[in-house]
Amino acid sequence: MKFETPATTNPIDQLKIVGKPVDRIDGPRKTTGTAPYAYERHDVAPNQAYGQVLGAGIAKGRVTAMDTSAARAAPGVVAIVTTLDMPRLEKGKTNTASLFGGPEIQHYHQAIAVVVAETFEQARDASAMIRVEYARTPGRYDLEAEMPHAELTAPESDDDSPPPPPEDRVGDFEGAFAAAPVTLDATYTTPDESHAMMEPHASIAQWEGDKLTVWTSNQMIAWGKRDLAKTLGLEPGNVRIESPFIGGGFGGKLFLRADAVLAALGSRAARRPVKVALTRPMIANNTTHRPATIQRIRIGAGSDGRITAIAHESVSGDLEGGKAETAVMQTKLLYAGANRLTAMRLAVMDLPEGNAMRAPGEAPGLMALEIAMDEMAEKLGMDPVEFRIVNDTQVDPEDPARRFSQRQLNECLRLGAERFGWARRNATPGARREGRWLIGMGMAAGFRNNLVMKSGARVLLDASGGVTVETDMTDIGTGSYTVIAQTAAEMMGVGLDKVTVRLGDSSFPVSAGSGGQWGGNSATAGVYAACVKLREAVAQRLGFNSAEAEFADGVVRGGNRSAPLGEAAGADGLVGEDTIEYGDLAKRFQQSTFAGHFVEVAVDVATGETRVRRMLAVCAAGRILNPKSARSQVIGAMTMGVGAALMEELAVDKRHGFFVNHDLAGYEVPVHADIPHQEVIFLDEVDPISSPMKAKGVGELGICGVGAAVANGIYNATGVRLRDYPMTLDKMLDRLPELA
Amino acid sequence: MKPFTYERARNPSEAAAAARQPGARFIAGGTNLIDLMKLQIETPTHLIDVNGLGLDRIEPTPEGGLHIGALVRNTELAADARVRRDYAVLSRALLAGASGQLRNKATTAGNLLQRTRCPYFYDTNQPCNKRQPGSGCSAIGGITRQLAVIGASEACIATHPSDMAVAMRALDAVVETVKADGATRRIPIAEFHRLPGDTPHVETALEAGEFITGVTLPAPLGGKHFYKKVRDRASYAFALVSVAAVVQPDGSGRVALGGVAHRPWRVEAAERELPRGAKPAMAAILSGARPTHENAFKVTLAERTLASVLADARG
Ligand SMILES: Cc1cc2nc3c(=O)[nH]c(=O)nc-3n(C[C@H](O)[C@H](O)[C@H](O)COP(=O)(O)OP(=O)(O)OC[C@H]3O[C@@H](n4cnc5c(N)ncnc54)[C@H](O)[C@@H]3O)c2cc1C
Ligand code: SF4
Repeated sequence: MKFETPATTNPIDQLKIVGKPVDRIDGPRKTTGTAPYAYERHDVAPNQAYGQVLGAGIAKGRVTAMDTSAARAAPGVVAIVTTLDMPRLEKGKTNTASLFGGPEIQHYHQAIAVVVAETFEQARDASAMIRVEYARTPGRYDLEAEMPHAELTAPESDDDSPPPPPEDRVGDFEGAFAAAPVTLDATYTTPDESHAMMEPHASIAQWEGDKLTVWTSNQMIAWGKRDLAKTLGLEPGNVRIESPFIGGGFGGKLFLRADAVLAALGSRAARRPVKVALTRPMIANNTTHRPATIQRIRIGAGSDGRITAIAHESVSGDLEGGKAETAVMQTKLLYAGANRLTAMRLAVMDLPEGNAMRAPGEAPGLMALEIAMDEMAEKLGMDPVEFRIVNDTQVDPEDPARRFSQRQLNECLRLGAERFGWARRNATPGARREGRWLIGMGMAAGFRNNLVMKSGARVLLDASGGVTVETDMTDIGTGSYTVIAQTAAEMMGVGLDKVTVRLGDSSFPVSAGSGGQWGGNSATAGVYAACVKLREAVAQRLGFNSAEAEFADGVVRGGNRSAPLGEAAGADGLVGEDTIEYGDLAKRFQQSTFAGHFVEVAVDVATGETRVRRMLAVCAAGRILNPKSARSQVIGAMTMGVGAALMEELAVDKRHGFFVNHDLAGYEVPVHADIPHQEVIFLDEVDPISSPMKAKGVGELGICGVGAAVANGIYNATGVRLRDYPMTLDKMLDRLPELA
Repeated sequence: MKPFTYERARNPSEAAAAARQPGARFIAGGTNLIDLMKLQIETPTHLIDVNGLGLDRIEPTPEGGLHIGALVRNTELAADARVRRDYAVLSRALLAGASGQLRNKATTAGNLLQRTRCPYFYDTNQPCNKRQPGSGCSAIGGITRQLAVIGASEACIATHPSDMAVAMRALDAVVETVKADGATRRIPIAEFHRLPGDTPHVETALEAGEFITGVTLPAPLGGKHFYKKVRDRASYAFALVSVAAVVQPDGSGRVALGGVAHRPWRVEAAERELPRGAKPAMAAILSGARPTHENAFKVTLAERTLASVLADARG
């Protein structure tokens, strides 16, 4: 199905099941521990052996020798594959550094061996017996020091259209900025961050001849299959991937990683199935992370508060051939202003590979931009909510012919301010105190683009009226199973109990996968398309006019006739399969999601410890397919935003080039005690431009802006303006009030 | 994890005797030792499980204090009515540490002997004098935000991570042991943990195989008890700085600090300054501090935290 014109009324609009806060259908399995994650697939292949990955102990240089004799002689060892056994492997399309092979070391904890043994403990013990000699070469590990060498770079485009010029200009930024009566020129930094998902990267691999099956934890099945085939030089048709349950990804599992490759290589060497999980310490340096940024923002406004000039420039680093963190992208779209400049620079560095993490670009970009907006509001003597409202735009400011398909940012901000009690905020910083706590309120706009992706599904009807959906879509804890089931139930006119959803198998139709908050909307749109096909087939079989046939309560009705849905299936069942594809609506209209984030913080006047007291997000993100799972997504994202604001940072050892705090004791993420009352409100919205579901993404919107709202709250509480994340107490201690 | 042999000890002196063999270690709650064994930072060849020894009682002493068995779990110690009433600083310190699950397993002796959280200590690719004597200290010149500001050496700038031990230092607890030859001794907590000096791998006054049987608290001090632990997140994190204090109505008192040194940090002579306020008191307590650029804030933080405690004591 090609989606080329805005959606009109369709069966989803009945909203009998879609749009309802139903419990997740995989919930019972998750809560009883019977949803098997990759490492627990004991049943899929007999005689599994354990693989332990050894990571490089240097960040840059070469492996000159590896002595595996002690490890080979260790008890239980079945096979060892080292990086010196083979030339550097081909890279997957989504990999920046090669995942294995050859002597060259490109980053710390790069995989250099896998040891396969009868037990996990034996593999781990033997891996520590491998003696490795290195020749080190100096590397570039300090983003600030590399800034002068950073080069302008264009963002990767989502489609085939040519990328915008590296420095994007509209009007005359410098002239307008110089002329503006009120200006801000400030620099903000965000650190490297780790996805820190609960389930580590894990895979089990099994060969049958030259056919490879991998049970893994991966957000994008088709990318994984493609890149695994490429890396190992296999026919894609000979690779099968299964990933039905995923214990969190946040972008860290978008790509093929070393666990899958080394399970496959280990299994080939051991001639039996091998399972590999990356250890927690490997995750920070062996896999990907959100790269650090240094962002300069300049805003000029008239004394009426209207922005006349806005510039956002960002520098980030990555390995040779890598990409910039697209931290300036939201600044192209979020606020009005005639004179604009955005630019990104990329420094080549030798830290581990940077890549997407929940809301790449917008998350760190808004952490900077939305502090700048707060600073400007203060300079203008305006309320920060009002300042944003005044600068709203209903069109793409760089191309005013493009309207936003839906844009209710102002509504989010107004409703949020009302519900949060924003009017009670004291605009004078440091003025509200309760005991030892300084209390402040902060807010920020949230913005995240809505991406739509081609997505396929197959829907099978059986004689009992049961409906089974198969698609390679993944559920990374987001609720994909549930919204897909709701979609199929609504379309086929059956109850949820009649629907079975099977996900994450590369033998199923290729879906959008889980990433960029496109998964929920795109994958359900694919299921919608397949259901339309199936409805036609059913109508035809039962002799109904398919345009008029109604599907409800397990029965098909048309004219003055009705028939049980299952009757159409016959003995062999009936199948509808299709893929949703998109026309140029995304080019003609700007599709984005919006939020107003409000936070109240308390800062200990003595120690500078910041604790969030309450939070509210008001979201406008198209039709909310399931308010319960959507709320879970948003509160999870808000929590992650608090982490980014207050504690998350991969600490770079700038001498040796690695992230030092590479475990969950050192890399702190919020715990329950950090997360207070959270409230989420979804505006009533449908966006027919987005898809037949009229929905958009929300999973990333929830994090976008939260960090800045916290930072602005800290400023309101203390009068200390922080511009470097995370906003730990050491950064403000010397500016807190004197104590008696 | 290296392969190891395992035995269950039947009584303390047998445990101490068994520990005479090279490579032997006691295991209590295992919450620290097993983590370190998985990373091959600790590589015992023989484990002596002491969980069956009893030593899990909290009993009054003739001197009016309390005797805490080595295997009393942190949860029980924190919840004990006598501890809560008379040694609240200890109860609060315990509850500020780790998590409920960990405290259920963690023992009094194990807590005293837990090892540093210096991140370089945990990465076996990096030189570390504590892990591998003589190999060098990676932390110096590296990431030091969490590390010591006082009492450190050229060989090691790590801190002792225990909260419980800081409170015990303020209370003048005494550690009781039995050696491999059966001899017992009482080690004042002030002498129990050592500064790193040239031998950061030697962390306590214990001899090889010496077994902790318990900890004695002297008679209660009265006063108001505080344990204020400052950290980046609200729970489940080690202290950046912690202040254990017992403050008397006349403003005199005791203060011990966590998160600043290789051992719980207390300078008795400096406590004279307490009635004059946090600034002079902390200046005396941390006199001679040599922080790094990254952790210099701890000096200010310690002073401000103490100020906050003293304000609460007055209030
Ligand atoms: C995630 C995490 C967070 C934590 N957070 C904190 C925190 O915030 N604050 C804090 O204070 N602690 C914290 N801890 C540490 C925790 O308190 C210690 O792990 C625990 O107290 C150790 O006690 P255990 O009985 O488990 O010791 P074990 O691991 O069994 O033993 C530790 C050491 O003591 C030795 N030992 C044990 N018993 C005896 C004995 N009777 N005589 C001689 N030697 C003995 C062992 O040989 C070993 O060397 C944390 C730990 C973890 C894992
Ligand atoms: S500070 Fe101590 S524990 Fe840390 S690396 Fe140096 S020697 Fe090792």
